[in-house]
Amino acid sequence: MIENSDESGAKDGAGEIYRVAGPVVTAIGLKPRMYDVVFVGEESLMGEVIGLVREKTIIQVYEDTTGVKPGEEVVDTGKPLVLELGPGLLSSIYDGIQRPLPVLREKMGDYVERGVTAPGLDREKSWNFVPSIQEGDQINGGAIIGTVQESEHMEHRILAPTDAEGTVQSIKEGGYGVEDVVCTLDNGKNLKMMQTWPVRVPRPYKEKLMPEIPLITGQRVLDTFFPLAKGGTAAIPGGFGTGKTVTQHQLSKWSDAKIVVYVGCGERGNEMTEVLTEFPELEDPWTGAPLMQRTILIANTSNMPVAAREASVYTGVTIAEYFRDMGYHVSLMADSTSRWAEAMREISSRLEEMPGEEGYPAYLSARLSEFYERAGRVTALSGSEGSVSIIGAVSPPGGDFSEPITQGTLRIVKVFWALDTKLRERRHFPAINWLTSYSLYLSTLEDWFTKEVAPDFLRLRGWAMAVLQKEAELQEIVQLVGSDALPEEQRLTLEVARMLREIILQQNAYHKVDTYSDIKRQYILLQSIKKFSDLATRLIPLGISVEVIAGLNSKLLLSKVKYEEKFDEELDRALNKMEDEFKNLEAST
Amino acid sequence: MKEYRTIAEISGPLVFVEKTEAVGYGELVHISLADGTTKRGQVLDTSKDMVVVQVFEGTAGIDKSSGVKFLGETVKINVSKDMLGRILSGSGEPIDGGPPIIPEKRIEITGAAINPWARDSPSEWIQTGISTIDGMNTLVRGQKLPVFSGSGLPHNEIALQIARQAKVVGKEEEEFAVVFAAMGITHEEAQQFIKDFERTGALKRAVIFLNLADDPAIERLITPRMALTSAEYLAFEQDMHILVILTDMTNYCEALRQIGAAREEVPGRRGYPGYLYTDLATIYERAGRIKGKKGSITQIPIISMPDDDITHPIPDLSAYITEGQQVLDRNLHRKGIYPPLNPLDSLSRLMRLGIGEGLTRGDHDQVANQLYAAYAEGNDLRGLVAIVGKESLSERDRKFLEFAEMFENEFIRQGRDEERGIEETLKIAWRLLSTLPKGVLVKIDRETMEKYYPKEQAAPKKEPSEKKEETPVEKKKVTPVKERVVKE
Repeated sequence: MIENSDESGAKDGAGEIYRVAGPVVTAIGLKPRMYDVVFVGEESLMGEVIGLVREKTIIQVYEDTTGVKPGEEVVDTGKPLVLELGPGLLSSIYDGIQRPLPVLREKMGDYVERGVTAPGLDREKSWNFVPSIQEGDQINGGAIIGTVQESEHMEHRILAPTDAEGTVQSIKEGGYGVEDVVCTLDNGKNLKMMQTWPVRVPRPYKEKLMPEIPLITGQRVLDTFFPLAKGGTAAIPGGFGTGKTVTQHQLSKWSDAKIVVYVGCGERGNEMTEVLTEFPELEDPWTGAPLMQRTILIANTSNMPVAAREASVYTGVTIAEYFRDMGYHVSLMADSTSRWAEAMREISSRLEEMPGEEGYPAYLSARLSEFYERAGRVTALSGSEGSVSIIGAVSPPGGDFSEPITQGTLRIVKVFWALDTKLRERRHFPAINWLTSYSLYLSTLEDWFTKEVAPDFLRLRGWAMAVLQKEAELQEIVQLVGSDALPEEQRLTLEVARMLREIILQQNAYHKVDTYSDIKRQYILLQSIKKFSDLATRLIPLGISVEVIAGLNSKLLLSKVKYEEKFDEELDRALNKMEDEFKNLEAST
Repeated sequence: MKEYRTIAEISGPLVFVEKTEAVGYGELVHISLADGTTKRGQVLDTSKDMVVVQVFEGTAGIDKSSGVKFLGETVKINVSKDMLGRILSGSGEPIDGGPPIIPEKRIEITGAAINPWARDSPSEWIQTGISTIDGMNTLVRGQKLPVFSGSGLPHNEIALQIARQAKVVGKEEEEFAVVFAAMGITHEEAQQFIKDFERTGALKRAVIFLNLADDPAIERLITPRMALTSAEYLAFEQDMHILVILTDMTNYCEALRQIGAAREEVPGRRGYPGYLYTDLATIYERAGRIKGKKGSITQIPIISMPDDDITHPIPDLSAYITEGQQVLDRNLHRKGIYPPLNPLDSLSRLMRLGIGEGLTRGDHDQVANQLYAAYAEGNDLRGLVAIVGKESLSERDRKFLEFAEMFENEFIRQGRDEERGIEETLKIAWRLLSTLPKGVLVKIDRETMEKYYPKEQAAPKKEPSEKKEETPVEKKKVTPVKERVVKE
């Protein structure tokens, strides 16, 4: 929302409406800067300056403009679209411009009417502020000055505004509202728990770090095969029925990002409702508390004003950056970036700009890269390390990946998780296609995997990928001539590939053990399959058929290990059995 | 109220008026002609120099000396429960010879977006009595599920059959009504709808808005909004369950394009305006349920795809807003199969919210998956048969081929007045599935098989040998536990 400007009271810029054409309003008599927020007309509809042509100001209005007349007043706030950042953000549900939807409903009923504003943060609520600095301390911008326990398990670290610098003259402790002054500096600057930040400006940090640490999700196909780095970017195609929702839920629940920001951008109302009803019911597996306590939802459906849809992804990423600056790892899910790009296209065409490819504005790919570039692992101004990882869904029309948004996105993001309807139909979950997905973080993550998991982790992964690739080639032959026509070694490859698919790639999100797989266990499972494969390869030349090997009891045991609560014990049993069985087979020849 | 005689330009459906006082965007306009008639329009663009008015009834007969009055209010509709049983014009005036509607309320037709937080998740399935819909792409209350059709296909019959038969099983006593909006359809088609509504007595629980092919095209822009505003009133203020049928959305989009062209806007794909997506969303999204309200709005827009092209911007953008689609298939139609709804192209995104144990039946999801897979396979084989002949097919493939034929003739095909309950639909499904070897029914788990597989047909002799032909990829002997647990 708009900062109640305490310094200037800048109401100098009052002009009047010259023209109204849908969501685009032209005003005269204003001297605004680009992207200033203005209030339009008698109902004070919120809008943003998106163009300055001679004496005219072009404004995109976030609300319906029906009934607005030329001559009505337009007030320039002198400030860009800003968000309120502070305690109370967590577990909120906002629209694209940070108006809390539950509050809007209380204020104006079941429909989103016009001209109603509601602050992003609750003004009434009192938070227990615990200072972490003392009088006389020297602080710089972005420093952590104290903490608020926002919920049982979530600590909200209060940051000094990025431009605050000086010596602490006084600091308070106890229950305060977000607008109360909790700290005063010697230069007279008053610090509150709440601060504001313009959504289109990335928040500053001290240093950007290399994406060297993986975002561990506990999902085998993601962690082992297509890992996303903390601070990295990933894209998923958002076609329906691919299990996108389940994948998103799993990521929110299990990934080691502490904060989850979900932006529903231009999606269907009923689907958004599903998110809004399901998320609050999810349980945080680490604490048992509701997952919402560390989640922020932003919902802007397709029929809500298009300008607010355009702003919604910026709102999401700004909130994510704010938590990053506290030293948290944050994952941001934008669903869907295609709808966001369409909003850009629409506004661009209202401005009568020269269209680029498929009517999208020529600056589409620049905007996409600017957005994804706000991801990253950084040393914040406070000195703590945090990250924002962005996972964007794309919904290519007609499933056509050659269209500009998908192409523009794939050029930037480093990870592609190709959700696949065919796999879903075969009940292969998570339905992530291992042949078309990719991750470009493998080399930067190599050190971490070597140190934290095992030196041969990536080599094993490479082996598994090769087997799966080989399987795809062999399958083509099998389709033509049947698997009986293949030589034994190749049939063994098919068998091993099937083990990889069924044991590693498939994972049951609803099984209480299998839903999360520790990275070490992922490695051990992979190693066991490799071992099985090696032992079997030795036996083939001795005349043991693949049927016999495939029927081994230890193989069945191995496939069940992932469901066992006593994982290590069961694994040992399977491995011992495996050794025995192979020894016996070898002896029998 | 001031009347201006300052028309500067008339271009297509647009009238440009100069030297006015401040006029609101979207305001209603009356233009009086020399012969005493009045035309209505709406402000599309307003500025200090010029006001652009789109005229609903067409600009024929308007000259530069015609009087223009700005009414100072936006387009509204009179709503009341008495609308039921009435036939109204595309702009909401009674045309059935009856008295004017005594308004209980006057509501702006633009409508606001439902707060996502206020929405309630759809959860009750609607039985349409049509097997392909109920069995494979179930309609759910609060859903928007368009019918994608082509010229010459019986989409109107299907819409009528749905309107006639739609009910929520076990809740028949709830108040149910149809709001029907025709945009640019022919007299004949309109008569067909009205006659059918009269014949079945559905008229008294229907509100009908008619903009016919010879009515002004621009009026089509307000017809669906009139209809949806009435529907919202009936659903959320009168607690009724409303089924809205909008036909034909393609005509609506053409009217939108016409306005865009007249305003010399930069066109998007195929000349349609760049804001087509958002504009359609403001129509389609006016479906759903609201927390704490009894009523609901379910939408069935009918879209005729130019040249049966599903990638055309209208069906393409619609499918991105609606929750699935029912697609009419010309090949099925040519075979004389009614309703020619092709389940392979169709999709109901909310199906899983409305089906299953306690709603339809526990086996519904798996049966639907299996029918889909088996029909898809049989359908693919048809192409192969054309090349290699039926003789060279394996026994297994021949079964699938036969299945596809039977599926079309016994499951898809049904009478125009035939109403099949879900039990009957599933019974047919199982009967057809049992013609296939048991081993290929991989989408159905063991428990469900035991419970629902038709008993009298069980265990034919050849089965053991058939089982081996299962494709290796599909075989999943290690994950039976998982298969049952995973529910999307």
